[in-house]
Amino acid sequence: MKRLTPYLLILPGGLWLAIFLVVPMVFMASVSTQEGNVVDGFAQTFNFANYTNTLALFQTQFLRSVGYGLAGTLIAIALAYPIAYWIAFRGGARKSTYLLLVLLPFFVSFVLRTVSWKFLLADEGIVLAPLKSLGVLPEDFHVLQTTVAVVGGLVYNYLPFMILPIYVALERVDPRSVEAAQDLYATRSAAFRKIVLPLSLPGVFAGVLMTFVPMTADYVNAGILGGPQNTMIGNIIQTKYLINNDYPSAAALSFTLMAAMLVGIFAYAKALGTENVLEAAAR
Amino acid sequence: MTSAIDLDEVIKEYVSHGEVVQAVKGVSLSIAEGEFFSLLGPSGCGKTTTMRMIAGFEDPTRGKVRLHGQDVTNVPPNKRDVNMVFQSYALFPHMNVWDNVAFGLKQKKTPDAEIKRRVGEMLDIVDLTGREKRRPREMSGGQQQRVALARALVNNPRALLLDEPLGALDLKLRQAMQIELKRIQREVGITFVYVTHDQSEALTMSDRIAVMNDGLVEQLAGPREIYEQPASAFVAGFIGTSNLLAGTLAGGVLKVAGGRVLVPGGQDGEVNVTVRPEKITIDVDEPTQNVSAVPGTVAEVVYLGTYNSYAVRLSDGTEVTVFQQNANDATITAERGDAVWLSWQPQHSYAIGS
Repeated sequence: MKRLTPYLLILPGGLWLAIFLVVPMVFMASVSTQEGNVVDGFAQTFNFANYTNTLALFQTQFLRSVGYGLAGTLIAIALAYPIAYWIAFRGGARKSTYLLLVLLPFFVSFVLRTVSWKFLLADEGIVLAPLKSLGVLPEDFHVLQTTVAVVGGLVYNYLPFMILPIYVALERVDPRSVEAAQDLYATRSAAFRKIVLPLSLPGVFAGVLMTFVPMTADYVNAGILGGPQNTMIGNIIQTKYLINNDYPSAAALSFTLMAAMLVGIFAYAKALGTENVLEAAAR
Repeated sequence: MTSAIDLDEVIKEYVSHGEVVQAVKGVSLSIAEGEFFSLLGPSGCGKTTTMRMIAGFEDPTRGKVRLHGQDVTNVPPNKRDVNMVFQSYALFPHMNVWDNVAFGLKQKKTPDAEIKRRVGEMLDIVDLTGREKRRPREMSGGQQQRVALARALVNNPRALLLDEPLGALDLKLRQAMQIELKRIQREVGITFVYVTHDQSEALTMSDRIAVMNDGLVEQLAGPREIYEQPASAFVAGFIGTSNLLAGTLAGGVLKVAGGRVLVPGGQDGEVNVTVRPEKITIDVDEPTQNVSAVPGTVAEVVYLGTYNSYAVRLSDGTEVTVFQQNANDATITAERGDAVWLSWQPQHSYAIGS
C-alpha cells in the first residue's frame, strides 16, 4: 500500500490529463489528415497535404504570429523585470498587496479587458480625442487596427505571467549574497549583473514559456484590436474551425503551430543551457 | 603605529514605526593591527550593526569610522579594504568554489595568472584543494564555511570581519573551526573582527573582547580580565556563571547572611560582589583562615562529569553556585539538605559597584 501511495497521488491529475489532453490530441491528430466536409462527413485518408497546403497558404500569418509573440515577450520582460525586482527587494511588508495588484486584472474577464482597450484607444475615444482636438496628434491618427494595438494588448494581457515567475526567482535571491558581492569590490551594477541577474534567469525562462506560447497562439487581441493586416494564426484556426467548418485544415494548422513552438522552446532552452536553468529553477 | 580600525563615538539610529531607535548608542574603540578582536553580546546588543558599519553596509548616524587612520565613514563597501564572512556564508549559489573564491580578485581586475596562484594557495590553506568545481550546495556546512573564509581572505584584506561565522555548525565542528580560525589568523596575520554571542568562542580565540549590551560597550579588555574582573553585573552574568552578592561594604568586609565576604581594596558603600563558582570551596566546618566564609544549605547537587555543581542557599535566600572539580582527591563533601560553609580567597571577590 505504501509503495502505491505516490501513484495514487498522481492518479486524479493523471487521469484528468489523459482524458482531457491526450485523448483530444490524438483525435485532432487524426482529424488533421482527414478529407471531407461537414455535410458529407470526414474520412481518414492520411492526407498530409493538409499540412503543406495550409502552411503555404498562411505562411504570412504564421510568421506574423511568431513576430508578435517575440515582440510581446521582449516588451513584457522589459516591463515585468523592474516591477518584479521592485516588489521583491523594495516591497517590504506590502509585498502581498503589490502581488494582488498585479493579479487584479485577472478578476475581470480576458475578453472584457481587451474590449475596454478598444474603447480607450478608439479613434475618437477618451485618449485620442482630446489630443486630436488640442492638435497634438493629426486628425487621421489611429492606434486601433495596428500592430502597436495588437502587441500592446498581448503584453497587457500576459504581463502578470511574466511578472510572477521573475518575482519568485528574485524573491529567492539572498540579499546578503548581493552584499557579499559589494563587499568583494563589485559596484552595485556589477553585483546585479553577476549575482542577481544570473540567479533570476530561471524565472525569466519560465516567464518566457508562459507568455510567448499563449501570445503566439492568441486570437482575441488580433480579433478585437487588430485589423485585416494584423490577422494571427490563431484567428485563421478559429475561422477555419468555427466558420468554415474545415476541421482538418484547422487541426493541421494547430499541430504545425504546436510543433514550431516546441522546436523553438527547445532551441531556446538549449541556448540558455537547459540543465543549468532547470537545475537552478528546481532549487 | 596607527590602529587597523577606529570607531569614534559611532551612533546608529533607525526609524521604526515612527520612533527613533538607537541600535548603537555611541561606540568608540580602536582595534590594533593583527589583533583578534571580538564583539560579544546578546542578540540586539548592536554588535552586528557595529560590524556592518565597519564593512560599510550601514552608514553611522553620527560618528566616524576610520580604517588605518583614513576616514571611510562615507565610503561604500566595495571601496573599503576589508572583507566580511557572513553569518550564513552568503556564497554565490550559481558559482563553483573556484569562482566564488576568485570573485573579489576578478572584480579588482587582478591578472589571471595571479588569480590562479592566489586562489590555489588560499584553497590549500583552507584545505579545499580538489573541490574547486563543487557548487556550494553540494558541500557540508563546514566546507561552505571554509569557502566563505577563503573568498574573503584571498583578497588579502587589511581586516577580516566575521559575523557569527560558526553559528550554523554543530558543537564538535564549531570547536574544531575555532582552533582552525585561530591558526589561519596567525598564519595570515590579518586583523580579525569577530562578532559572536557565544562567550566561550570569544574567550577561546580573542586577544581582546568588547562586551556589548544595549548599544554600548560594557567592557573592553582581554579574555582573562573580562572573566576575572567583570566591569559590570551584566558582564559578570553574561560571561560564564557568576555569583552576585549584594550588601554594604564597610572596611573591606561585606556582611552577608551570617557570613563575611572580604573585598580587599573595595570602596565602602553599597556594592555588588561577584565570585566565580570554581573559586569557592565547600566544607562542613567553618574555615579558620582569613578567607571569605558564608554559611548555607545545599539545595541541589548535580554531577557533570568533570565537575560537580552545587546550588547552595544562603539564609537570606540568595542562591550561590559552586563548581567542585572532580579531581582524584575530590570527595563529595555535601549532600542535599546539608548545612555547609562556603569559602574563597580574598582576591576572588570582585566588587563591581551597584
